[in-house]
Amino acid sequence: MGMGAGMILGGIDLVALAAMLMVASTPILLAATGELIAEKAGVLNLGVEGMMIMGAIGGFAGAVLSGSPEVGFVTGAISGALMALLFGFLTQVLLSNQVATGLALTLFGLGLSALIGKGFEGVRPPATGKIDLGALADLPVLGPILFRHDWVVYFSIALVVAVWLFLHLSRSGLILRAVGENHEAAHALGYRVVAVRLGALAFGGAAAGLGGAYLSLVRVPQWTEGMTAGAGWIALAIVVFGSWRAERVLLGAYLFGGVTVLQLRLQAAGYAIPVQLLSMAPYVITIVALVIISARHRHGAQAAPAALGRIFHASR
Amino acid sequence: MNRRSFLTTTAITATVLSLGLGGAALAQEPLKVAFMYVGPVGDMGWSFQHDQGRQAVDAAYGGRVATSYVENVPEGPDAERVLTQMALAGNKLIFATSFGYMDAVMNVAAKFPDVRFEHATGYKRADNVSTYDARFYEGRAVIGTIAGRMTKTNKIGYIGSFPIPEVVQGINSAFIHARKVNPAVEMKVVWAYTWFDPAKEADAAAALIAEGVDVLMQHTDSTAPQAKAQEAGIYTFGQASDMGAFAPTPRISSIIDNWGPYYVARVGAMLDGSWASTGSWEGIGAGAVGIGEISSAVPAEVKAEAETLAAAIGAGTYHPFTGPLNKQDGTPWLAAGEVADDGALSGLNFFVEGISAQMPQ
Repeated sequence: MGMGAGMILGGIDLVALAAMLMVASTPILLAATGELIAEKAGVLNLGVEGMMIMGAIGGFAGAVLSGSPEVGFVTGAISGALMALLFGFLTQVLLSNQVATGLALTLFGLGLSALIGKGFEGVRPPATGKIDLGALADLPVLGPILFRHDWVVYFSIALVVAVWLFLHLSRSGLILRAVGENHEAAHALGYRVVAVRLGALAFGGAAAGLGGAYLSLVRVPQWTEGMTAGAGWIALAIVVFGSWRAERVLLGAYLFGGVTVLQLRLQAAGYAIPVQLLSMAPYVITIVALVIISARHRHGAQAAPAALGRIFHASR
Repeated sequence: MNRRSFLTTTAITATVLSLGLGGAALAQEPLKVAFMYVGPVGDMGWSFQHDQGRQAVDAAYGGRVATSYVENVPEGPDAERVLTQMALAGNKLIFATSFGYMDAVMNVAAKFPDVRFEHATGYKRADNVSTYDARFYEGRAVIGTIAGRMTKTNKIGYIGSFPIPEVVQGINSAFIHARKVNPAVEMKVVWAYTWFDPAKEADAAAALIAEGVDVLMQHTDSTAPQAKAQEAGIYTFGQASDMGAFAPTPRISSIIDNWGPYYVARVGAMLDGSWASTGSWEGIGAGAVGIGEISSAVPAEVKAEAETLAAAIGAGTYHPFTGPLNKQDGTPWLAAGEVADDGALSGLNFFVEGISAQMPQ
């Protein structure tokens, strides 16, 4: 990766590895952060995979047609948000079943993205530039790890911080949580449950779309049918195992991305560790770590928003 | 792969596409033929190439045949369910196009003796189950030669999918022929444990590039490694499909799977009633394996050397696994001049001497 002499340990450049970790984790982190807000508002949207893949093609098409990756990330986020609003219309206005609708959203997204993507196979997207952080980028060790990334990596971390602050310190965050815990009480207090949930869904969809666009514009970078290949489901799992807390979602996403990259690097460096163990390590380590944290804090079982997945009808 | 099964389970019922409606006008029912793919038809690699073969069947027989396919079927219990559904839907000939479908094919074939099955790259057969494969290792010998000549760091990277004979043959063949033209060559191997996951394939490519690899080969199905190689300015080869969008660099040549002639012949055998269980394993000579155009990035003498090798393999005058060859642990495998027989190759589970990567056990 041309980052000069980093810290070499056992033949692996740890600095380059840590830098790759941040890139590999970003799509899942974005999608999981978005889903966290939707679930905190009491909506279970299983369509993350579908929103991500629509973000991947929407972002790719936007970037290629406009020549600007920034425009691509915006169109990617919009594509994801539109998918989420479709889900919101069906589940919040027409009161359809959330689980079935979410699964349908994923199938719809995979199909529609394949159709839109036909003309974009084999096309190279405009490069997403790294942010120039001047002297910071030249710091030993920390420079290459932390300060030589594109803006989306920083944006994703800022988003986690913003979501944490929003949920814990803001009045609107409190309202959102109230809607997710007990929508009838929130409704009785005069809060507009459906509007709050549509907003949360749109945010979740935009974040998932951004994650998908990061996949097609930076991490791979190209459009391939079905290219999310299950990343949306990993994001969903991380929200649950992270017991609906922003900081644990960050930890889970970085653990998963980190161990994925690490095990591939260990293989490439020729370590004599059984490959099967390495291959399942990202799943096992992430789940075990998050379950242990949740168990120690005794919030795990009760952490799910009480109204998660339940249908709200104002006339009741 | 398991993480996709949830999604795909539900997808299966929804995505059985039925093409070839032209037969409706005929008095006779068209012969129904189904294909099961491990990735999406738009992967631009393995599954794309099989679907080209399906389309060749449509073109050859028109209304006499109705083909359909299901894509993104994981190797595992879902495969059995999809095959059962295909058989119940009246398909008389079913092509299962990935190695990991093997036991599912055998199980379902036992329940439907009147339905004929064809399993790609496997080795289990029955009265109503044929196997078919292509000698990809012949193509690997050719691109291994080019790789050995083109590398400057003397490190060649290889993204493996699963440690199965088909993939192990390819790694060995590429290494043997790279070493032959460049004794300093090393081969670095990463197992992705997936046939199709562009993000993971890209990460695997990045890991190999970080190890100093400057020529990359893949035995996974997407073009993601091509894109990563383009960024890094190293060389690659198209896999399964030509991947010509990445020529002249990073893709400097390719191995092309050409399933059309086999599919057309087998469907023809169904139509005239001559279908019988066989094991087909064709290579460069029969046109089942093609070498894509060697791009302008490759010097003329290297190109000529590769083409001479491909011609010799195609004519049957040279076999890529010709002794003397030792196993990785140094024990003898093939004596000087001895050629590996097909039985040994179809069960190949060890690396040859000189490869330092570990074989997953």
